[in-house]
Amino acid sequence: MFEQVFQWILKWLPEAVHPYVMPMLVIAIVLQVNLGVCSYLILLERKLSAWMQDRHGPNRVGPMGLFQPVADMLKLLLKEDVIPGHVNKFLFVLAPGISVFTTFLAFAVVPFGPVPDGLTPGDGKFPFIIAPGIDLGIVFIFAIGSLAVYGIILGGWASNNKYSALGCLRASAQVVSYEIPLGMSVVGLAMLNSTMSIEKILLNQANQGLIGWNIWYQPLACIIFFIAAMAEAQRLPFDLAECEQELIGGWHTEYSAMKWGLFFLAEYTHVITISFLTSILFFGGWHFPLIAEADSAYAGATAVKVFVLLSKVFAVIIVIQMLRWTIPRFRFDQLMSLAWMGLIPLATINVVLVMFVKQFELNTLWLFPLSIATFVIAGLMATQSSRPFARRGPAAVEPAAHGGHAHAH
Amino acid sequence: MPINAKDVDWVEEPPMNFWEATFLPAVVDGLRATGHHVTHFKPVTQMYPEVASDLPKHYRGVHRLNRDDAGRVKCVACMMCATACPARCIDIVAQEAPKDDPNWVDRDKFPKSFVIDELKCIYCGMCEEACPVDAIEMTHIYDLTGMTRQEMLFDKEKLLSVFDQTKDCGLDPVRTHKGKLGPASDFEQLPTLGPATQVRSDDRSAKSATPGVIK
Repeated sequence: MFEQVFQWILKWLPEAVHPYVMPMLVIAIVLQVNLGVCSYLILLERKLSAWMQDRHGPNRVGPMGLFQPVADMLKLLLKEDVIPGHVNKFLFVLAPGISVFTTFLAFAVVPFGPVPDGLTPGDGKFPFIIAPGIDLGIVFIFAIGSLAVYGIILGGWASNNKYSALGCLRASAQVVSYEIPLGMSVVGLAMLNSTMSIEKILLNQANQGLIGWNIWYQPLACIIFFIAAMAEAQRLPFDLAECEQELIGGWHTEYSAMKWGLFFLAEYTHVITISFLTSILFFGGWHFPLIAEADSAYAGATAVKVFVLLSKVFAVIIVIQMLRWTIPRFRFDQLMSLAWMGLIPLATINVVLVMFVKQFELNTLWLFPLSIATFVIAGLMATQSSRPFARRGPAAVEPAAHGGHAHAH
Repeated sequence: MPINAKDVDWVEEPPMNFWEATFLPAVVDGLRATGHHVTHFKPVTQMYPEVASDLPKHYRGVHRLNRDDAGRVKCVACMMCATACPARCIDIVAQEAPKDDPNWVDRDKFPKSFVIDELKCIYCGMCEEACPVDAIEMTHIYDLTGMTRQEMLFDKEKLLSVFDQTKDCGLDPVRTHKGKLGPASDFEQLPTLGPATQVRSDDRSAKSATPGVIK
């Protein structure tokens, strides 16, 4: 049905543009859906936080407050867009653009449904991914994702405001630190699947069924990835760059109206992307036992697969939003020690374990107990080392006596 | 002077056990707590315009001027409320009671005009405290609106009409000496103050003179 309509449309277009029609269509769909979903995710987050705190949440605009995103969007569009006199105008305007651009770009290699085999540009099959067949998908996402911090750094620096500067410095330190565990946690996956392509990792899992989900082989990597990805997206409990209590608004203190809105669009798109990645890399993507197997070919199977994938993504988003209102923010030294003393060593050990299993050709299921054991050992080590005050003895008496002595001389 | 090291007590944080050190169980625990609020949703928010909110018994809203049995204004124009008022929103013009009128033989003075600027008022309740004859009282009316500032200057007739409106509604019973113009004060003893906010029934402050909440 879709293919016939598509071929019919192609007939009216010159031959030269045929390869570009489908990508443009997919980009348009992804962009529009993303915008709508983002605004409703914000509503969901507000509602969810309200329910957690025994409030009602926004409920005045439309039934159950369902038109609240429309009102919010109108407000953002109609509000005065202040550019303060003391900012670097070029970078100030550029920064939100960079944020949105990079986060949308990262979505280009994320499949949002079953990607069909043997795609050619003009055959009219809906690809369910903006850029199919990119073998470096994971690397691409991390490369682009780390570019996103430029939006924050430039925005904070161009604002010429101490809160913004502090916020963007925090953001840069945080993103640089968490880039490492984020990448390391997926190295194990790439080695297990012998590919960096997100589509192929998904297919590998789907072909093996429920037991093929990477969560069974890389549970530790899944946790590390999830934590590091949340830190990358600057979500609570890792939102030190914009914490209202200390830094007013951090790097977006000086921003207003739609430029501010763009920053938040970028943040929510980032959340959507990491939710897609978590569910695709570790939870089998569109695969679900019985209803969405790799070889299920009943009518509507594609729709079911898309639905399964989106449900998983939605579940991850809900978890992220619940975490936001559950865990208090980290202190900055805790944030850094979590990355450098917790996640990076664990991720490295995880990679070594995968190498070990691959080298000696053990059953890959060994990785499950090995990961759990690593986690347990790390926890045991943490119990022994997490008593900072124990090291402070009654040494404070000594300096006073010495001082008096020196003075007498 | 520096603190003597002997006076310093170093308090150690309690050692973390294994599950606390791994953080994840604590995170799951927290998620369970917040999730429980979502699944067992009992909002404490009162949907104000649709549902009237619960007020404490001693809520201080719009003033009223009480009447005695004869329907006369209780106020004796002593100016104590106007003196006590920190916002200086009460303006009283006193007049000698007409001695030849049988209705007023027992009174010396009464207010010729009695105006409260409800916009200036900070609703502290000092006038109510100061009044020796319990003529001025504060009611539970809180949704006070007007189109002009002039409208919000409540004069004697308006304040008396507030009394007529609220005396029987249950929320604002005439508290002391109903109908009769008493001596300077007819309190045997001063009542203790009630809680300023809604409190749980097992709270210490709920055992005061005006506990609880009027529904």
